[in-house]
Amino acid sequence: MAGTRQAARSGWLARFLALEGVPIAIVFAVLIGLFVITAPGAFTGYRIYMSFMATVPPPMIVALGLTLVVVAGEIDLSFPAVIAFASYVFCLLFKEYDLTFVAFGAAILVGVVMGLINGLVITKLGMPSLIATLAMLFVWGGFVTVVSGGISLAIPTVRGTAIHTIFAGRIGVFPVQFLWALGTAVVVWFLLNRHRFGESLLFIGDSLKVARVVGIATDREKIKLFTLMGGLSAFAGVLLSLETSTYFSQAGMGYLLIVVASVFIGGTSIFGGSGKVIGTVFGALIVAVIEAGLVASGIQGFWTRFYIGVVFIVAVTMNTAIEDPDKVPLLRDLRAFTRN
Amino acid sequence: MTAPPIVRLENVTKSYGKVESLRGVTLDIGANEIVGLIGDNGAGKSTLIKILTGVERPTSGSITIKGEKINAGSYSVREAQKLRIETVYQESSLGEKQPLWRNFFVGRPITNRFGFINVKAQREAAEHIMRTTIGFRGVGIDVNTPVSSLSGGERQGVAIGRAMYFESDLIVLDEPTVALAIKEVQKVLDFIRSIKAGGRTCIYIEHNIHHVHEVCDRLIVLDRGKVALDVPTSDMTYAELTEFLMSLHAPARNTA
Ligand SMILES: Nc1ncnc2c1ncn2[C@@H]1O[C@H](COP(=O)(O)OP(=O)(O)OP(=O)(O)O)[C@@H](O)[C@H]1O
Ligand SMILES: [Mg+2]
Repeated sequence: MAGTRQAARSGWLARFLALEGVPIAIVFAVLIGLFVITAPGAFTGYRIYMSFMATVPPPMIVALGLTLVVVAGEIDLSFPAVIAFASYVFCLLFKEYDLTFVAFGAAILVGVVMGLINGLVITKLGMPSLIATLAMLFVWGGFVTVVSGGISLAIPTVRGTAIHTIFAGRIGVFPVQFLWALGTAVVVWFLLNRHRFGESLLFIGDSLKVARVVGIATDREKIKLFTLMGGLSAFAGVLLSLETSTYFSQAGMGYLLIVVASVFIGGTSIFGGSGKVIGTVFGALIVAVIEAGLVASGIQGFWTRFYIGVVFIVAVTMNTAIEDPDKVPLLRDLRAFTRN
Repeated sequence: MTAPPIVRLENVTKSYGKVESLRGVTLDIGANEIVGLIGDNGAGKSTLIKILTGVERPTSGSITIKGEKINAGSYSVREAQKLRIETVYQESSLGEKQPLWRNFFVGRPITNRFGFINVKAQREAAEHIMRTTIGFRGVGIDVNTPVSSLSGGERQGVAIGRAMYFESDLIVLDEPTVALAIKEVQKVLDFIRSIKAGGRTCIYIEHNIHHVHEVCDRLIVLDRGKVALDVPTSDMTYAELTEFLMSLHAPARNTA
């Protein structure tokens, strides 16, 4: 009896559910289904999808970088400030000097340098990344507010430039930046699962001691990791500026919680040593669709966070249960109970 | 010894804070020698190995490998691997959540020139190691199994299989037979003999004096961070060696 149930579980359904991203894709589909019922007006048309494909790329790209960071058993909370700083540099150079691709390059470079500094502070001062990057959030956030004098920059003329067309234009009605986000996801997936850098991150997150003993240059890999995270955050910052054609110093702060949520909703373990890139893509989509969907359903905006939280709990539990039902104590007890 | 030694340590010391783990160790490991390193718990054997293989830096002293003086500042596990030194550490050196195909090759994966791992090649090689060198017959273990679901002996098998695969010039085994069943212990001893037959060198740390006496050419006894004995195995019978080791313990017991 137990044997046949076991066999059935290891059948095609279990194998399908065990594929990376499948459980979380189901959660996403269910959510869309719910919104089609509660807000048929909005969710049967294409517009709402186009609108969230235009807004989701920045947090998705940051969440992809953060997934790698979490895999290595670290965290980065400084990205909102990096987003703001990169956004500021881009907008300033565009507004004052009419620079486009150079401004883009400069913004990315600023992010890379900030990430590098994060990496150095963490490895050379031996500070836990949670503390170091929280401190850097204050440092960079304060710095950009001072440098920009606390004012916002508007760059409406960026629309129609080549750089806008390439990074935030529309193919018909389809927002190009979504393709950049998906492209980033593909690169990050291969980096994590097929590149030696990703393998180093997996082992570092698994056990720093083991990583050292098998010959991984742990400090160097961590510095690379935070540098990459800085670059991706800056990329997100520029995409945000291009889409909204503005800079304001709090740009990015709104992403702090939803980016962290996207990573964990996606099923990446907080304990390090494993990560789900496809999960993060859906995690970011889920957060975005909840925001868009609740508004369209006529539910007050205040409820957004409440529902994100509920979906968060459901998604994480579901991910764990599909991996091994016995890892969810409630399910384990229920199963034991029904067997008796 | 006619050929130059493969490893030479001179006056190596290592302190962890106030603890002096090694207090001036000088020794040579000759080419194609099987050297047994023995001593009490806490004598400093593993510390010595970690310094030799680049995991830890010595507090002072010099290391010469294959005639080349090692720069302590830049020496690392990678450097040791490049000098063809392979180690089975006493503590786990396996990534718990990672599949076996990664664990066999971590640190030196089979990659293309852009650093992308050839997963297929690694899976096949891992499969080969498991079938031929370790002889895993365990049910349900394959190259995709994470280390966390292996038994203690199986983990040890993976670490040893990895050391066997890379065919290094110097193989360091720190208590490799702990947790192994009798048949597997015999396999490890056979492996050590094959190291000798293949013209390679081995440092073998082991508390089972019987095994050490059986396969080693030379014996080095460490006692509280110092070399207490360094003799060819043929100079001492098993009984004499046991007696020597017991006599080492005696004064320590008296002063305690
Ligand atoms: N990382 C460390 N920090 C502090 N002290 C250490 C560290 N590693 C080893 N020691 C100390 O150094 C001494 C030698 O330890 P070592 O592991 O080399 O012993 P060993 O000879 O391998 O013993 P065993 O046979 O039990 O494995 C011990 O007193 C130990 O407490
Ligand atoms: Mg030891």
